[in-house]
This record gives sequence, structure tokens and C-alpha cells, in this order.
Amino acid sequence: MAELFIFFDQIYRILFLLIPVLVSVAMIVWLDRRVWAFVQKRRGPNVVGPFGLFQTLADALKYIFKEIIIPASSNKVIFILAPIVTMTLALIAWAVIPFSETFVLADINVGILYLFAVSSLGVYGIIMGGWASNSKYPFLGAIRSAAQMVSYEVSIGVIIINVLLCVGSLNLSDIVLAQKDLWFVIPLFPMFIIFFISALAETNRPPFDLPEAEAELVAGYQTEYSGMMYAMFWLGEYANILLMCAMGSILFFGGWLSPIDLFPFNVIPAPVWLILKILFLFILFALIKAIVPRYRYDQLMKLGWKIFLPFSLIYVVLTASFLMYFDLLPGN
Amino acid sequence: MIAHAIVFYIFSLIAIVSAIMVTVSKNTVNSVFFLILDFISISCLFIMIGAEFLGMIMLIVYVGAVAVLFLFVVMMLNVAQQKNEWFNSSGRSSHIPVGLLVSIIIFFELIIVIGGWKYKPELLDSIAIEINTELTNTQSLGGVIYTDYIHLFQLSGMILLVAMIGAIVLTFRQRSGVKRQSYFKQISRDRKDGIELVDVENNKGVKIDA
Repeated sequence: MAELFIFFDQIYRILFLLIPVLVSVAMIVWLDRRVWAFVQKRRGPNVVGPFGLFQTLADALKYIFKEIIIPASSNKVIFILAPIVTMTLALIAWAVIPFSETFVLADINVGILYLFAVSSLGVYGIIMGGWASNSKYPFLGAIRSAAQMVSYEVSIGVIIINVLLCVGSLNLSDIVLAQKDLWFVIPLFPMFIIFFISALAETNRPPFDLPEAEAELVAGYQTEYSGMMYAMFWLGEYANILLMCAMGSILFFGGWLSPIDLFPFNVIPAPVWLILKILFLFILFALIKAIVPRYRYDQLMKLGWKIFLPFSLIYVVLTASFLMYFDLLPGN
Repeated sequence: MIAHAIVFYIFSLIAIVSAIMVTVSKNTVNSVFFLILDFISISCLFIMIGAEFLGMIMLIVYVGAVAVLFLFVVMMLNVAQQKNEWFNSSGRSSHIPVGLLVSIIIFFELIIVIGGWKYKPELLDSIAIEINTELTNTQSLGGVIYTDYIHLFQLSGMILLVAMIGAIVLTFRQRSGVKRQSYFKQISRDRKDGIELVDVENNKGVKIDA
């Protein structure tokens, strides 16, 4: 009986986390389109609901009622699995994100490795979708995206090592608490810039949206998808973007911590700060989408392997030497 | 405890079944997908015995990088087709002795491993390093690898480096006629390099592509 109680308690906690995440994904799509529109002096979605807030829900309804078309020559099992994999991976990563000192679903010791592992698995949804479609454009998109995501993962891994050197723990709560006095964005500012750009590439956002470059590949790996399956890809993509923003705010902006420990700021509950930081990073993502033209593929690879990787490796050595020389290495 | 056992058996069942499916399935791409499933369930088993660092590294390295490259190569080569042709051709019989030899060796190794299972308690006692349950996985691994075994660690790093250089040298080929871009060249260009003033003679014109 006790085990059953624990089981239902866990399910309740998971739903309490997942439903807000899904709702915020819907809202973030709206925000993305709004920011994009404002930069281009358009209005953006503003008809459905107040300020057009329910636009995404209307779109979702539209997708639900559309027919799902499965190409005759596709590998059906993998074709159907691909969006499910994308969506699941984008959602399970939220289990370790700490919203405050106590509010975290799974406070595991290797939290940051878990996040990194899940984000590196994200490429499977795209490869599976691209291959199973059995069509030229999706396959090209899948290959591009696999190469791109594997390349930029490497530099994200090295950037994480930089942060870990300053923290001395792989636990996400420890990473946040280590920034109590100084957010890592100040001493590790170059690493934050590289992390931000790598996150753009990792989530296939413009200017690195080559896997779905509409001018070259129709819609890349999503070309053959329709209806609810397309919507799942889409939701998973935006959930991944939110996750990357959350990762950035935990690694560099002190997660749930308030900027200064003074009266008007420290009464605001901790999760609000994390959400504000995620929103700040997301607005940066949306602005980049509006103002930067798309990269060429060879330039993208060159940037990843020849500039970001050596630079972040050198920064690891610098950080380690600095911490060693001034005796700032975190103790056990 | 019962729940623990049930979860353990579920994961091991998935691992074994998918390992069999890797060899049985006709389509090579499906084989790689089963291999990935196998890796994932094995990393879950690692996490269940408390080796969370190992489990996560397994996920990142094998599933996140190695298997992606496998998939990449298998999808590009369209091996499924080649394999079927190869099975029907006459050249298959020459490979059977080698395959048999390898499988016999693996079979005997498996017997030794399973037979050695009963020496496990003695083996655990003979471990030189004390197991400190206070420390996390990562700390204790780091404490051992970067202190007592630093030379072995660096040696394995060197071996990997040599293997990497070897792979690059083997596959590198200089192609002629490829137009390359150099940012530094492009940025350091000024008006003198880009523009040439020519006095054009009457009725002769200028030859541009010299």
C-alpha cells in the first residue's frame, strides 16, 4: 500500500511539472513569433485571445484535426517512433532542473551529465524521422542535423567542464549554490557566449537551422510529417529550446538565485527568478532568429571544430590554472 | 526490494532481447537501433547498481556519439542491400572459418566469466582500494584515476590520440580544384588587391581572365 502511495505521489509531482512545461512551450511559441514580428515591424499573432495568446492552442487544435499521412514507402514503425522520441527526450530532461532549493523532481548527483546525455540523444528523433521518411530532402536534413548536433555537443561538453571546475560537483543544485556570490557569467563570459551560440546550433535554431532550411530542403526532416506528428516534432523542438535556456540560466545566471540578496528582490519566490532568466535567454534566442542570416554549412562546421573547440579547451586550461594559482579550487 | 528486482529484470530482458535482435534483424539500420536500445538498457542497469557516472558516460559516449556515427555510416552505405547480395554470392564460405574461430573464443570467454562468478566474494575482498560510500561516484573515480593511475590514464589517452591520428591519415586525401575560403585573406584584402587600373588601347579591349 505504501509503495502504491509513493507511486501516485510521484505521478502527481511529474504531472505538476510537465503540464506547466507543456503550457509554457505553447506560450513560448507565441512569444517567439511576437518578438520576431516586432523586430520586423509587424504585429504578429494578435487575434486569438488577449494579445493573441491562444494562437498556439488554436494551431494545436488545427493539427489535431488534420489527417496523419504516413508515406507508403516509409519504414512505418520508425516513422511513427521519431516524433515520440523527440518529444519524450525533450520532456524527461526537465526532471533534474531545480526550480528552487527544495523544488526539484530528481536531485541526482550527476544532474548535469544527465542533461547533457539527454540533449545528445535528441539527435535520434531527427535521424529516425529523416531516414524513415525514405525521401531525399528529409534524409539530407537528417544527415546535416546529425553532423551539426554531434559537433556542437563537443564544445558544450567542454564548456560544462569549465563550469564544473569552478563548482566541484555535478549536482545542479550545487552548481546553482556555488554562484551565490558571483554568477559564472562574469568570470566565464566568453564561455557563455560560446554556450549560447552552441545552444542555437544544438537546437537547430536560426542562424543554424540548416536541417530544415526551407530554401534548400523544403522542411528538412519534417517534410513528410503531417498533423499531430508534425505538432509533436514542433513541441519537442521548442521544449528543447526552453531546456537549453534553462541549462544556460543554471550554468551561468545562478538558476533560482535572485540577483542581489536585498529586500524587494529576495521576497520574490525562487522559481520566478529561474523563469525570468529562462525568458530573458529565450528572448535573446528569438531576437537572433530575427536579425541574423543563415550560415553556410561549411562555415558552420568550421566554426564548431576550428574555433569553438580549441578556444573552449584553452579556456579550460586557463580556468584550471587560475583556480590552482589563487588556491580557489573548490574543496571536497 | 521487490520493485527493484522487477525493474532489474525488465531492463535485463530488454538488453538481452535487443542484443539478440541486433544479430537477427534483416535490416542493418534496425540492427543499429536495437544496439542503441541495448546501450540504453545497459546504462540503466549501471545506474541501478549505483554506478551513475558510468551509466551517464555510457549514454553520452556510446549512444550520443558512437551509435550516431554507426547510424550515419549504415544509412549512407545502404548496407542492407549489399549484405543480401553478399549472402547469395559464392564468396561467403571463405569467411566462415574466421567467424567460427571468433565465436568459439567468445563462447569460452563467456564460460570462464560465468564460471568465475562464484569467486566474486573473494575478489571483492582482494580489492586494494577501500570503497568509501560517503563520496559520490565522480569524486571517487577522479580520486583514483588522477592520482594513483595517472600514468595509465595518460597512456590510454596517448593510445587514443595515436588511433585518431592514424584514422585521419588513412582517410585524408588532398583534392585538387576545391575552392577554399580564408577569413583572414578576405578581411586583409584592400583596394589595391581588388582593383587594377588598366589603360585600354583603342580597338584592343582588355583580357580579364589572365
